[in-house]
Amino acid sequence: MKVTIEVNGRGVSDEVEDRTLLVHFIRDNAGLTATNVGCDTTSCGACTVLLDGESVKSCTVLAAQAEGHTVTTLEGLSGEHEGELHPVQRAFRDQHGLQCGFCTPGMIMASVSLLAHNPKPAREEIRRGLEGNLCRCTGYHNIVNAVADASGQEAGR
Amino acid sequence: MIPARFTYLRASSVDEAIAMLGQYGDEAKVLAGGHSLLPLMKLRLAAPEVLVDITSVEGLRYVRHEGGDIAIGALTRYHDLHGDPVLAEHAPLLAHVAGEVGDQQVRHRGTIGGSLVHADPAADLSAAVLASDGVLVVSGPGGRREIPAAEFFLGPFTTPLLPDELLTEIRVPAAAGTGWGFEKFRRRAIDWAIVGVAVSGTAVALINMAGVPVRAAATERALAEGASLADAAALAAEGTSPVEEPHASAEYRAHLARVLTARALEQAPG
Repeated sequence: MKVTIEVNGRGVSDEVEDRTLLVHFIRDNAGLTATNVGCDTTSCGACTVLLDGESVKSCTVLAAQAEGHTVTTLEGLSGEHEGELHPVQRAFRDQHGLQCGFCTPGMIMASVSLLAHNPKPAREEIRRGLEGNLCRCTGYHNIVNAVADASGQEAGR
Repeated sequence: MIPARFTYLRASSVDEAIAMLGQYGDEAKVLAGGHSLLPLMKLRLAAPEVLVDITSVEGLRYVRHEGGDIAIGALTRYHDLHGDPVLAEHAPLLAHVAGEVGDQQVRHRGTIGGSLVHADPAADLSAAVLASDGVLVVSGPGGRREIPAAEFFLGPFTTPLLPDELLTEIRVPAAAGTGWGFEKFRRRAIDWAIVGVAVSGTAVALINMAGVPVRAAATERALAEGASLADAAALAAEGTSPVEEPHASAEYRAHLARVLTARALEQAPG
């Protein structure tokens, strides 16, 4: 079937099998590889993207379901000015909110969605909001700091 | 992992979805948020030949106060329910429980209708709807029929829905001011409940204490007879049939049911 999805502001059309998952469409058809396949079972959140502005796990959405909708991946984030990092990207770097980096694209997209609903989350709310994203390196502490920083709050130590 | 091959159909109305389901019968499954169905298909535990995607059907995503009832469209997502002011006032148990399901991403996608028709005995919302004396409104080729929640769950993953019927609405009596409580026990944040308890007024429903969500009848009877919360909660596992699993024996589940029922009842004033 032919599927057309607006990915990061660009219409991407391709002929795919009906069973194609959104994450594979993003990686293989749109050619955007920041979005990772981690657990592939809706648990780890590495494949998190925004679908119509809301975070979703793209391993558990069919490309066909996203037909006619808009998708934002990590590559689609940007700061106020050309070439600038998005505030959440900047904060993850400043606060050392990553080590190996595999979970980071999903973690950042989930954080962007969390902050869209709750611009000044308490630390506990950040932890709850990111329950669906697993990180095996950091112990989460610096990730929580990064999201606090991105929201203009004290990062903590 | 990718699912076995299937044909994807997108319905734009309830009637069109019912017609598609009528055409393919048992070979078709309804796809809404997909957060129960697609994982099963990826694990090849389900392999329907046709998926009828109803997420583009207009007019099934709402929460409305109608007469003495709260009406909820079947495609209303957990995230919508959790943030809905009408639900927060008139069906606070449902609003709260919707925010306890899965994680942020799952709540953006999963629907109340999808959760109920999936009929997983570990589902949070099924027990909450059961405790709320909910009614499920189903549309088919012959029109609409209503099924009380108490008659909707026939067994694990089994409901009385016919292949060409679609759950379109969930109704619960408006219950502003009614005390409520909810507790569930999980090993990790986003796990299914090993056991959970939903309380609305004096109705107590248990998650994962049988093949279907069940009311804690002995506890409810004791409450009606004026027993203390602690004494009533001690009866929570009476008449239940929890499954035995490596990480949760039936005995352990019964213990959890008693403890969690006591905590949930204490949250519910009056």
